[in-house]
Amino acid sequence: MATLIQPASDTAASTGPERHGLSDARLLELYRTMLRIRRFEERVKELFLEARLYGSVHLYIGEEAVATGACAALEEGDVISSTHRGHGHCIAKGLELAPMMAELMGKVSGYNHGKGGSMHIASLDHGMLGANGIVAAGIPISTGAAMGFWVRGSQEVALCFFGDGGANHGAFHEGINLAAVLKLPVVFVCENNQYAQYHALQQDLPIENVADRGAAYGIPGVVVDGSDVLAVYGAVKTAVDRARSGAGPSLIEAKTYRFEGHFLGDPEPYRTKEEVAQARASRDPIVRFSAALQQMGISGVERLQEIDDAVRADVETAVEFGESSPEPGPEILLTDIYSGADADGRESSGEKTEAEQVVPRDRVTEVASREVRAQGPQAG
Amino acid sequence: MPEATYSQALNMALREEMRRDERVFCLGEDIKDSTYGVTRGLYDEFGAKRVVGTPISEAAIAGAALGAAAVGMRPVAEFMYMTFMMCAMDQLVNQAAKMKYMFGGKAVLPIVYRTMAGAGRANAAQHTQSLEAWFSHAPGIKVVMPSTAYDAKGLLKTAIRDENPVVFIENKVLYATAKEDVPEDDYTVPFGKAAIRRQGRDVTIIGLQRMGEVALAAADQLAGEGIEAEVIDPRTLVPLDIDTIATSVQKTHRAVLVHEAHERAGFGAELVTQIVTHAFDYLDAPPVRLANPNVPTPFSRTLEELSIPSAAQVAEAVRTLLK
Ligand SMILES: Cc1ncc(C[n+]2csc(CCOP(=O)(O)OP(=O)(O)O)c2C)c(N)n1
Ligand SMILES: [Mg+2]
Repeated sequence: MATLIQPASDTAASTGPERHGLSDARLLELYRTMLRIRRFEERVKELFLEARLYGSVHLYIGEEAVATGACAALEEGDVISSTHRGHGHCIAKGLELAPMMAELMGKVSGYNHGKGGSMHIASLDHGMLGANGIVAAGIPISTGAAMGFWVRGSQEVALCFFGDGGANHGAFHEGINLAAVLKLPVVFVCENNQYAQYHALQQDLPIENVADRGAAYGIPGVVVDGSDVLAVYGAVKTAVDRARSGAGPSLIEAKTYRFEGHFLGDPEPYRTKEEVAQARASRDPIVRFSAALQQMGISGVERLQEIDDAVRADVETAVEFGESSPEPGPEILLTDIYSGADADGRESSGEKTEAEQVVPRDRVTEVASREVRAQGPQAG
Repeated sequence: MPEATYSQALNMALREEMRRDERVFCLGEDIKDSTYGVTRGLYDEFGAKRVVGTPISEAAIAGAALGAAAVGMRPVAEFMYMTFMMCAMDQLVNQAAKMKYMFGGKAVLPIVYRTMAGAGRANAAQHTQSLEAWFSHAPGIKVVMPSTAYDAKGLLKTAIRDENPVVFIENKVLYATAKEDVPEDDYTVPFGKAAIRRQGRDVTIIGLQRMGEVALAAADQLAGEGIEAEVIDPRTLVPLDIDTIATSVQKTHRAVLVHEAHERAGFGAELVTQIVTHAFDYLDAPPVRLANPNVPTPFSRTLEELSIPSAAQVAEAVRTLLK
């Protein structure tokens, strides 16, 4: 059965929460990261509603402590895989807000040059192996990254974020079992926000915890309060250390809650407004950590407010950067398909002549001059 | 006769068939709430054993439909995006497509695999795939691509009554934009019968699904220039109504094929071969294909639009053919 890690604030009420040896500066950094995720996404939501941003957008608001606590337990060179709900993972892994916002706007200055969008945002330079439109697809991929480290004998660790819904996909079993038999350096973090799209997890899961499945692979299965950034950090740090030491993977289940709809535009018929309001009031990870920081005497309200102001300013800069960046031009439509070869897979011999262009010039001008239509919300 | 959208028409077909035949049942992810409305209300009418919500487990959905069919049921399985069928290819292609043949004919597998494809909604590469050619390549599977609300209902009923695995490809844009009067009675649209959407003498344009609209828009532009295009909607790819297509090309002597799928090894390649085989002596020029230019569909709307054939592009291809 899964080990239950108690929320830090309950275990040591008198002395304040367990800080796992983190310095004041690092604790404040955790706070700042959670706020960066929150403020970034609040702005994304506004922009979406104003039709200044489009596509399938899945918000992470309410779950910030999971990405933040988990990524804080990683070292330089470690990698993560992400999901369709990936903004928080990106920010926690150190991606910058401006090229992220530009990517969400489909701009050429985005991390993926506008080719990926919210559901595919990635930055290999940051060890971020991509958001993913396919549920559970990151599980074998992170297993593979860990296999790479294992084969070459280096010390990095891979960390895989996936949803509770993803735990029922075939890729979950194949990916985790493989990692377990080879004792690969990977940590599987299930973000159990209690819903898979439009239905409650209980409808899909015949046991109490996703983490209980760890036993089936002979690896530790740990349940942690996903609204408590320090508890997440502690559990993931233990698992990361274990992975790095060669003892193999762990399965951590962070119990959390998604405050927003499944995607932007979701009418949410599957849960009540009261349920959401209740969660917002009782388990907001930022509110909780703000209280903890004050209780520990690390920061007063004013310092926290300053952090918030600075974060908001960063987000505004990102919005301006995104909005002032150019639309991608036709010249990049057919680039990036192969390495060292043109769009047809032939070894690159330089520029195509106009006659060889698959998309004729006049077509390009016609599309470029067309007004960009506003599009409705859509699920991923 | 009420006006219905494409997705409402599909809903009518499911409801009517489920009322008509108790063996018909639906399974899939979140089909109770139904993102695009196709299965809306069915759970309330038919209950949890005829509208089976599943975990996110595509291989299990595809295989469960096959197993249920093998014991006499008529399942209609849903994959919200065609992309997710890629997670179930073993069950679909190694199992469902081949079971009847491998068993020496002793299996009757009335399964409908419903799914949604197409471009045009900034869903990025994974969620924007038109994979009709993949399934057309698997003997044992029929492939259906309705383009109007009327056809959507009639073809889905035919698919449900068919005794074979049918991949039934719906279109994400047409769900809401295609609407017309759809009869409330029990009618079907047969497989293997193309529709001539517009008569013309100068060129035959074959548009798959939403590209039929693009072909019609191009035909309108061309009509102003005195060029009369015939526009054909094959409706089903397997079986393919090559007679209607070949007869048209024999009349017009020219063919243009338009689809959203990638050009290379797309269904257009099959159409070109069939046209050349059946109408070689009548052709004044090689057939022309317009398709996605072999690129994963980009997220950016500007880039995505560049990757989908447009009416202007189709019209220009016709002008060039006629020169
Ligand atoms: C293989 C696959 N099947 C279905 C979907 C459609 N889909 C997108 S998100 C989602 C729910 C995922 O739930 P969960 O894993 O719990 O993640 P959450 O959205 O709650 O973060 C579904 C079914 C998909 N993207 N990929
Ligand atoms: Mg979930």
